[in-house]
Amino acid sequence: MSVDLATVKRVAHLARIAVPEADLPKLQGELNAILGFVEQLNEVNVEGVEPMTSVTPMAMKLREDVVTDGGIAEKIVANAPASEDNYFMVPKVIE
Amino acid sequence: MLDSPVTDLTRLTLTEARDGLKAKSFSATELTKAHIAAVEKGRALNAYVLETPEHALKQAAASDEKLAKGEARPLEGLPLGIKDLFATQGVRTTACSKILGNFVPPYESTVTSQLWRDGAVMLGKLNNDEFAMGSSNETSAFGNVVNPWRRKGSNVSAGQGGAVEGNHLVPGGSSGGSAAAVAADLCLAATATDTGGSIRQPAAFTGTVGIKPTYGRCSRWGTVAFASSLDQAGPIAKTVRDAAVMLRSMAGHDPKDTTSVDLAVPDYEAAVGRSVKGMKIGIPREYRLDGLNPEIDALWQQGIEWLRAAGAEIVEIALPHTRYALPAYYIVAPAEASSNLARYDGVRYGLREQGRDIVEMYEKTRAAGFGAEVKRRIMIGTYVLSAGYYDAYYLRAQKVRTLIKRDFETVYAQGIDAVLTPATPSAAFGIGEKGSADPVEMYLNDIFTVTVNMAGLPGIAVPAGLDEQGLPLGLQLIGRPFDEETLFALGAAIEQAAGRFPVAERWWG
Repeated sequence: MSVDLATVKRVAHLARIAVPEADLPKLQGELNAILGFVEQLNEVNVEGVEPMTSVTPMAMKLREDVVTDGGIAEKIVANAPASEDNYFMVPKVIE
Repeated sequence: MLDSPVTDLTRLTLTEARDGLKAKSFSATELTKAHIAAVEKGRALNAYVLETPEHALKQAAASDEKLAKGEARPLEGLPLGIKDLFATQGVRTTACSKILGNFVPPYESTVTSQLWRDGAVMLGKLNNDEFAMGSSNETSAFGNVVNPWRRKGSNVSAGQGGAVEGNHLVPGGSSGGSAAAVAADLCLAATATDTGGSIRQPAAFTGTVGIKPTYGRCSRWGTVAFASSLDQAGPIAKTVRDAAVMLRSMAGHDPKDTTSVDLAVPDYEAAVGRSVKGMKIGIPREYRLDGLNPEIDALWQQGIEWLRAAGAEIVEIALPHTRYALPAYYIVAPAEASSNLARYDGVRYGLREQGRDIVEMYEKTRAAGFGAEVKRRIMIGTYVLSAGYYDAYYLRAQKVRTLIKRDFETVYAQGIDAVLTPATPSAAFGIGEKGSADPVEMYLNDIFTVTVNMAGLPGIAVPAGLDEQGLPLGLQLIGRPFDEETLFALGAAIEQAAGRFPVAERWWG
């Protein structure tokens, strides 16, 4: 399978990455080179094969459902590009 | 000719330095000062993206007190470099991406916290490919790392007058800063991470030892995530013994990472020098690629002879799905990356570019913050996970992954103790030489290492010889799950036969 320019544009938007129109053809070529490379997986017979979900089979550990951390709002917002009163500030979302 | 006695301390291995400190031949402060001076002189290599000399001297002074009281911990007073993928409390951590900007973690990664628990000293943060995506350290926002090795006859070096012969070489990646710093004696050992070969390939390119332990051996908590089902931390070191000592401190169960395994960590150093007599070593015929570089093939044959001479039994094996590991990786890893890197949105940390609304802010921030390779991988990952393509790509790749793991399970069930392969398809190449037209050209560097991540197994790269250009080449040993000890025993046998490969000339300063 290969992607056309419209698909590259759509995927860029889904990935929330702004791509200037002029850069789309180059990106299309690179993505198609990768998709062409992974095409060979179609040769493999995967009939009845379980997809891997965990590379190391192990049971998930359980723990007490208790608060183990918290009360560190200042630390959490310390690296924010914009914050006020321990809230993250973003552009207006709701009209 | 010997260097001055102080800078000479950087030529020691980690374990030699440990023993020297215990014998009071020098102090942790002297050892640390020697390394700080080496780091300053080595700036042309661009291995460090942040130097923390004051922090190091403070830790060294505390170590000297411990040593004086006879309370030395396993890594007491030993200066290390830390890949910039590990969060270090109060010390800038960027994953070598512009998007993390000046991120200063308010917490410490589990792996590094265990190094400090054991008395180690931090010299600074090491360069890597952006978000560990790359095989040459050329995708870092801080620029290329220069390999301390040069091709025979090359006199290329920073600021040199006269006729210049040859190009600077890449140190491999993504742990290029770690490998270059260890090879150039800018630290005694370094932390690194490996998602498709990022410890083993740079180790092979620089004549150093690198081990990626079994998935689950080291906690991933506090390590910047790339592909969570493949990422593992491990050390790059000067010798197999040094790597064993480092891994013992880095490994161990962590309740904060549900994929970390609750198994006791063995004394890996005790496995170094252990006999390999009677061990069954598998030689996978599928790794004998068409067009395999004859020098790589010869090195592999040499490795077989060394292990045979040490008493191991050599067995030809089949790993039939080997050739599908790299294409499956380039679906699974980008898919997980696209999900992991969704967190970089300009809201909670790092770079923010202004936009008219929140979506434009996200899109501009991510466009400005991510480099070209990271964008490509996020987009491939987004595409293969998008509606209508998930089954054809991601699900199929995860099924192929099951088959790759089953190949190994089959040979291990037949009594194979470890598998011997080359570490890389070539020696280090020149900066700018690969991947500019087709990203896949660069990806092929990981052809021998990536199967190990796909199957979650441990793998070690050990330097084993030099090619015709005078550059180091490595061999890889792949072990059973959680049997890193066998890899240390076999790695030490190769090291003993091949000798060590220190960089001959400190041309950089």
